[in-house]
Amino acid sequence: MSKINELFKGKPNVINVGIESFKEDLAKQGAEVIHLEWTPPGRGNHALIAALDKFENPAIMQKIEEANKLAVERIINSHPILIGYDQAINCVPGMTKKTILHAGPPITWEKMNGPMKGAVTGALVFEGLAKDLEEAAELAASGEITFAPCHEHNCVGSMAGVTSASMFMHIVENKTYGNIAYTNLSEQLAKILRMGANDQSVIDRLIWMRDVFGPILRDAMKLNPEGIDLRLMLAQALHMGDECHNRNVAGTTLLIQALTPYILQTDYTIEQKKEVFDFVASSDYFSGPTWMAMAKCALDAAHGIENSTIVTTMARNGVEFGIRVSGMPGNTWFTGPAQKVVGPMFAGYKPEDSGLDIGDSAITETYGFGGFAMATAPAIVALVGGTVEDAIGFSTKMKEITTTQNPNVTIPLLDFMGLPTGIDVRKVVQTGIMPVINTAIAHKEAGIGMIGAGITYPPVEAFEKAMLALNENIH
Amino acid sequence: MLVQALIKPNTYFDSVSLMSLSTKANQIDGVEQAIIAMGTEMNKEVMKNVGLMTPEVEEAGASDLIIVVKAETEELFENAFLSINELFTKRDSGKKGKSDIKYSTISSAVENNPDANLAIIAVNGAYAAREARKALENNLNVMMFSDNVSVEDEIALKNLAHEKGLLMMGPDCGTAIIGNTALCFANAVRKGDIGIVGASGTGSQEVSVRIHEFGGGITQLIGTGGRDLKEEVGGIMMLDGIQALEDDEETKVIVLVSKPPAPSVEEKVLAKIKTCKKPVVVWFIGGDEEKITAAGGHFAKMSKEAALKAVLLAGADESKLNKRALNIPLIEDVRTKLKPEQRYIRGLFSGGTLCDEAMHAAMEKFDNAYSNIARNPEYRLKDRYTSQEHTFIDFGDDEYTQGKPHPMIDPSTRLDRFMQEAKDPSVGVIVMDFVLGYGAHEDPVGAFLPAIMEAKLLAEQEGRHLEIIGYVLGTELDPQDYEEQINKLLAAGVTHASSSQNAGLLAREFVVKGE
Repeated sequence: MSKINELFKGKPNVINVGIESFKEDLAKQGAEVIHLEWTPPGRGNHALIAALDKFENPAIMQKIEEANKLAVERIINSHPILIGYDQAINCVPGMTKKTILHAGPPITWEKMNGPMKGAVTGALVFEGLAKDLEEAAELAASGEITFAPCHEHNCVGSMAGVTSASMFMHIVENKTYGNIAYTNLSEQLAKILRMGANDQSVIDRLIWMRDVFGPILRDAMKLNPEGIDLRLMLAQALHMGDECHNRNVAGTTLLIQALTPYILQTDYTIEQKKEVFDFVASSDYFSGPTWMAMAKCALDAAHGIENSTIVTTMARNGVEFGIRVSGMPGNTWFTGPAQKVVGPMFAGYKPEDSGLDIGDSAITETYGFGGFAMATAPAIVALVGGTVEDAIGFSTKMKEITTTQNPNVTIPLLDFMGLPTGIDVRKVVQTGIMPVINTAIAHKEAGIGMIGAGITYPPVEAFEKAMLALNENIH
Repeated sequence: MLVQALIKPNTYFDSVSLMSLSTKANQIDGVEQAIIAMGTEMNKEVMKNVGLMTPEVEEAGASDLIIVVKAETEELFENAFLSINELFTKRDSGKKGKSDIKYSTISSAVENNPDANLAIIAVNGAYAAREARKALENNLNVMMFSDNVSVEDEIALKNLAHEKGLLMMGPDCGTAIIGNTALCFANAVRKGDIGIVGASGTGSQEVSVRIHEFGGGITQLIGTGGRDLKEEVGGIMMLDGIQALEDDEETKVIVLVSKPPAPSVEEKVLAKIKTCKKPVVVWFIGGDEEKITAAGGHFAKMSKEAALKAVLLAGADESKLNKRALNIPLIEDVRTKLKPEQRYIRGLFSGGTLCDEAMHAAMEKFDNAYSNIARNPEYRLKDRYTSQEHTFIDFGDDEYTQGKPHPMIDPSTRLDRFMQEAKDPSVGVIVMDFVLGYGAHEDPVGAFLPAIMEAKLLAEQEGRHLEIIGYVLGTELDPQDYEEQINKLLAAGVTHASSSQNAGLLAREFVVKGE
């Protein structure tokens, strides 16, 4: 029987695109109907639609699908292991005493926003390169300092992402593909360097982290030759109610639990060890950077695959939001303006106090957790509108712009659906659905720190530019 | 400025929820500043720094919830605390159970709903072909309501659908009934054994409604879109539609509704009729009886006739049918009321085929009938805002709808024109259609009543009779109240025509002079 005659057999099962009243009329008649959330592809831009059409040419589509399959396989099969901690100067490729790494795509000192400038000057004082913030600002403007994105040095950095030579880094090795990723240590929350704060209390904490906290972690991990399986731990943390970007309660407990036996065996004093435990306990953010390095480690392994339209980096410098795409190898960034972050704020602050979206932490969403795994973290649904329904909605919606689901890391509430994995530039441009990002809000001025948390989205321009570049590259 | 604190001992809320509540509390009228937080040392420090410290706050412990508010007056405090309490109790209430999952692309909707078998595409014409192609690639039948789709795209889509054995109804297809379900603009009619393939939306609606009125019913009504029978497209959908109905066990009789096809297409359709095992009734408005009969088709000159032939072929007992013959005494009566100078018909239609049918009726007796949809350019209206002699306007035509919804939804353009015609002393009769069914206006007659009454009053003051014919296209099963629509017309002194065919014939007969 032809498909037409099959259709005649019962009430039609309809997908309605466009006029919504048609859906209502069908529902009134008892027909099954799904109304699409439709917008013009590529926002109606002819060049983008032409590119989308070209990518649907069977021969080209097959190339892209194969490349993307490989890219998501590499993301999923990556097995990042925390193998140690050390100072940036000792481990980060290309690090020098006068190098400052920062979050997001490349940016010059002049263009940096308040929090990033605050963090840079604070770091220069911390490194002893300037005696005070004023001198630090002069030094930063002098041209003597090398500024570079964390991402271009196998690193990620949360918020301002400012990383200097003597800071301690997580060292995360990809057991499957051998690449290594780095990120610095959590300063815990609120008035901290990465949020743009830089007074003496901030510098003093960085010094303690350099002289006590970092060395203890380094020496502890030296006693653990196996390393710590971060992918497994991430999966556990998600099952315990974290989404591992804005909620890290479970992940931090798991991580410090894994570190504790080795910390206890180090030669430091009981008092120093207690300081470490107290510090970790002071905020659940301790494991936040760890998950970022884990995600970075997996995504770097998927970067540089010819013809792939999979996003391997989403990062913000507070002024611009940049993405990198697997099929555009090396440090090819596609950028658009950084957006506002919308969400609850600490008492006493207002939306107009907020700095724009900043930080490399969107690497978590690029991997598939954070905002993409909102449904794992019902406890923090206040960030996304207040209901568990909303949270589930975010996670299911991300399936629309991703390539597959990661069977290694799952979402219990969605019948153990795997993390939506492999953001596809084509799908973002086609649907207009933007990846959802959970993130913190820094005060727009230097020196103040964190003032809230919420959600944000990338600018569509970044994806459109990437689409047009891919269109040039894929034949 | 006063500061008051409310402590709820041993009450735990997570910090994110409390941040969110604090944000809302600060928006309450009369609140200068408010903090809702657990009584941790850090939080108390913040409260102290912003001047919200009270002895109660000082004493609160880490497991106590603190609500502290700064406000002008005692009254404002009371209001603030009440509102904050509401914020706590209001959380999460009134939310629906299951989430309504949204999909953004046809592919993902199909992937998650593999039983889907039909897509309705009603987006801007610039994007419509792309979406229709995706639907066909996903093995969905397509009804494309969108217009402004290129003829090249239409051909490509119809060829693809033909290869895959799918329906490609449209572009510019507004009417279909599939599995007894009205799609877009269609009427609720009985399920039966007559199948329709129509290139014209309102023409198909009219035939389906007449079949229903004669006690028959519809298996499927397949729309093809208005261009299907043009030379370039070659009738792909009509031919596939006939085949599908021939293959359909439920269908006993097939009715074709269209303007006359292009000659090459007509040949193909007639050849198809010739080999079709089921009787085919053909209503090609203004079509050639001889050719159709020669091909073994059952020719119908008008819509009611097409429906009647179909129900008889399906086995209805002719003696039991009310064929609704024209009311001859009424015609005599109206003729006597009209003055000699009241000579012209003004047909104001929302349905294109209804307009066409009334015009063709008039053309049989008059050689001065003009329309915006006349096929002969000589009889095309010179100015769309000005009527000339007998004038028939299809308000659904692009030139009248620009930037506005179709007249079946938005009566405004036709209403303005109605008043203009009502003032013209050379007008003998105004004939209008009121289309019911899914997609149509909820009370189309009601929208015209004030204008009709005003027009009648005006004519009376000027000492002339204004004859208005109203035809309600609908059934008693339609979402609108069919009887009520007719009663509204009758109460306003409008002559109610029982079909499109009768509306056209009555209008013509009313103004035939001195024969």
